[in-house]
Amino acid sequence: MADNQQKKLSIIAFSGEFDRLTAAFTLATGAAAVGYEVNIFFTFWGLDAIKRKTGRSLVGGTFLTKIFGFLMGGLKSTPTSRFNFFGAGPRIFRFLMRKNNVATLEELVEAAIALGINLYACEMAMHVLGLKQSDFIHEVKDTLGVASFLEISEGGRTLFI
Amino acid sequence: MATHTLDITKEHCPMTFVKTKLKLAQIAQGDILEVLLLEGEPLNNVPKSAAEQGYHVIGISHVEGNVHKVIIKK
Repeated sequence: MADNQQKKLSIIAFSGEFDRLTAAFTLATGAAAVGYEVNIFFTFWGLDAIKRKTGRSLVGGTFLTKIFGFLMGGLKSTPTSRFNFFGAGPRIFRFLMRKNNVATLEELVEAAIALGINLYACEMAMHVLGLKQSDFIHEVKDTLGVASFLEISEGGRTLFI
Repeated sequence: MATHTLDITKEHCPMTFVKTKLKLAQIAQGDILEVLLLEGEPLNNVPKSAAEQGYHVIGISHVEGNVHKVIIKK
């Protein structure tokens, strides 16, 4: 890779789980801070991370997608992949992270925005789940399909989380 | 030309890098940033990544214990 070419990391954030999103945002912010261009493409459950409403809400176009939207929730209602204990798991993790001075998921998302990481939403998953771009935080740059994602991730590393 | 200080000795990855990057973005061209950091990952990589991003690492000195000071010019 030429010296003048910026290094690039693209992450497909598929999971809506607290721990996996924490891993995705840790990698993304770390990479952006050391000079990488970073793209995160949110699809399916990963879309929960960029919803404007961070708790449970009836987002979605139809009755069914509204129920889905409520059950999925937003960033603050993401479950852990293990030891969720009916929602107590993420609270315990947040407590441990604060106690050990480790950035919480919310702080990592704020850092990602401050660092200018490119956030994209998957057009197809949005369609299935009845979500509109206005349902997401305004920092979401665009809605993309596979072809556009391949184009923006070209020449860099890609991770699926 | 102002001198700024940033203490990241209590931070962990990735916030060590994130806070340095955001502080460097905030300060004016020609300003100096003194970063207090710990040995290991921060000392190994904060000056390296600053240099890679075009900032000038003027010096690295030992402060006390495992705390070091990295001086970066924007």
